[in-house]
Amino acid sequence: MLALKLSAYSLTSALGAGIAPHIEALRDMRGGIVRKRWETIDFDLCIGEVAGLDDFVIRADLPRYDCRNNRLAQLALEQDGFADSVRAAITHYGADRIAVFLGSSTSGILSTEIAYRHRDPATGQLPAGHHYRETHNTYSVADFVRHYFDLKGPACVVSTACSSSAKVFGAAQRMIETGMIDAAIVGGIDTLCLTTVFGFSSLQLVSPDPCMPFDARRNGISIGEGAAYALVERADNAAEGDILLTGVGESTDAYHMSSPHPEGLGARAAMAAALHSAGLTPGDIDYINLHGTATQSNDAAEAAAVVALFGSKTPCSSTKGHTGHTLGAAGGIEAILCALSLREGRMPGGVGTREQDPRLQCHYLLTNVEQPLRHVISNSFGFGGSNCSLVFSRVGNK
Amino acid sequence: MSTSMIHVDGISILGPGLETWPVAAGILRGDQPLVAQPVRLPPPELLPPTERRRAGAAIKLSMATGLEAIRHAGVDPATLANVFSSTGGDCENCHSMLDTLASSDRMVSPTRFHNSVHNAPAGYWSIATHSTAPSTSLAAFDATFGAGLVEAAAQVITSGAPCLLVAFDTTYPEPLHTLRPIPSPFGVGMVLSPQRSAATLATLRIALTQASADTLDHPELEQMRLNIPAARSLPLLQRLANGLTGRVVIDYLEGCNLAIEVGE
Repeated sequence: MLALKLSAYSLTSALGAGIAPHIEALRDMRGGIVRKRWETIDFDLCIGEVAGLDDFVIRADLPRYDCRNNRLAQLALEQDGFADSVRAAITHYGADRIAVFLGSSTSGILSTEIAYRHRDPATGQLPAGHHYRETHNTYSVADFVRHYFDLKGPACVVSTACSSSAKVFGAAQRMIETGMIDAAIVGGIDTLCLTTVFGFSSLQLVSPDPCMPFDARRNGISIGEGAAYALVERADNAAEGDILLTGVGESTDAYHMSSPHPEGLGARAAMAAALHSAGLTPGDIDYINLHGTATQSNDAAEAAAVVALFGSKTPCSSTKGHTGHTLGAAGGIEAILCALSLREGRMPGGVGTREQDPRLQCHYLLTNVEQPLRHVISNSFGFGGSNCSLVFSRVGNK
Repeated sequence: MSTSMIHVDGISILGPGLETWPVAAGILRGDQPLVAQPVRLPPPELLPPTERRRAGAAIKLSMATGLEAIRHAGVDPATLANVFSSTGGDCENCHSMLDTLASSDRMVSPTRFHNSVHNAPAGYWSIATHSTAPSTSLAAFDATFGAGLVEAAAQVITSGAPCLLVAFDTTYPEPLHTLRPIPSPFGVGMVLSPQRSAATLATLRIALTQASADTLDHPELEQMRLNIPAARSLPLLQRLANGLTGRVVIDYLEGCNLAIEVGE
């Protein structure tokens, strides 16, 4: 496929705002999941919360968009000079030639969850000043980012649960290849809300302790929140050290709404499709950033898929122990973590995992490994059997 | 600049008074009157009995819309990539979840939760049709159809394989209905293909434009176009129903509409 260059990128999660705190946390193998009470929930949660959102002020000309999700969207845009890179791209290409494709599972639904608690007892109506379009609607976060930059190009939110913000890279790649656009802001934003806390709890998929991906004692996910962005464009002028999106693979399980295919057939098909589109073989991949949610069934299915395609030697790990599972933002967060792995030459050891489950026969890293990397793959799988794998590559010395 | 040519091999519709594509085509041509009646959503015949019983409006609507399109095109859904696009997905289920989360017992039902993901209709489609092909689910507020069309077109052009587009919207109960007053469920489907075949009905080339969208002379259909995001497709469907070639502009986003060159 036509490769894309990641001209600019940034991420914000429980590890901090911007790239620098992520580099430090990865280097020190430090996680951001803490045990605490959140919102009106009357039990302790182990969550990956982004600091400062309660007091964050949305840009003055966009007040109708004010909600936790768009606050995080703005906070993350303003790190690492990302917004300046977008403005430079607008000057270069034009506002109508840059798309916004963002992934989110719940967008700003927290705002309506709160509004439902304040319905008028007589009429049942929601409080005045509740902005459904700009906060609750699934598209709201892409609409916010499009307005933030006054863009006039294509836009949508991809909402395929936990694969959402991996799939946006494919959407951008396709539309750039057709020539309809020159560049795209891709990424994902998801924030804590009651829907996901109570929903995953009802499925008994939330761990009482910080999550332990690929550990035999793993007991479910730790919900996190986060945002990640990349500005992607054609790679014609890529130089040594640049990070490229070189492969995209998508598949569907066609098996169950909330459980993966037990042998990981869909996951394997997505990884194989990503390698095929990159023109690579399994032996070319230096590191796998696993979906690795730390539920029993997800990790078992993914391990089976990885071993079937790569054998048991390719180094792999999940960074969910660092950030928590940021759901619709996970694909984007982990794409940027892959870019940082390629840039820094570091494969992150998994946080939270004490002992690898002996039944999962892949090469799971429990400590960091420092070495130059050329090609890495990132997995993202979601409810509805939605699978997406992305290959990222570092441009070497020509 | 326009995209490469893509081929429309199948069309479906399910809206108020628009029960099937042949019925809707007659109304869009002006041959038949539009008889206002509530949309009847058929049970999703291909789902296992338990899932069929639990299926809400979004699953029924998207399944019926998708099936009519693939049958019209005569294609096998098992290997067909698909794009589902909807402004709010299953709005009834969303209200029910919000109601529970605002109550004293907030433990939602596991089924309601996994049905709340925006790609639940696409997930049920894959289970019903055994489709393991790539599938995506989009939201773009009023651009349900336009966002789905450009994504499906880009897939067809870059993959060289056909793609099913299902654009659908459902209705909220109160109190959200006041804030998002979509009056009726509405679905539109298309099978798009890179090559001409015996099934090909028309060709499309799509470009972004700042021009205003075309409107419909028929007052009730124009109201439908304005009030239901997926019905923003109607000017294109009218041209296809009439077998006319030429340019049609449909709504997409603020400052960015779609100019579609329809060919034979």
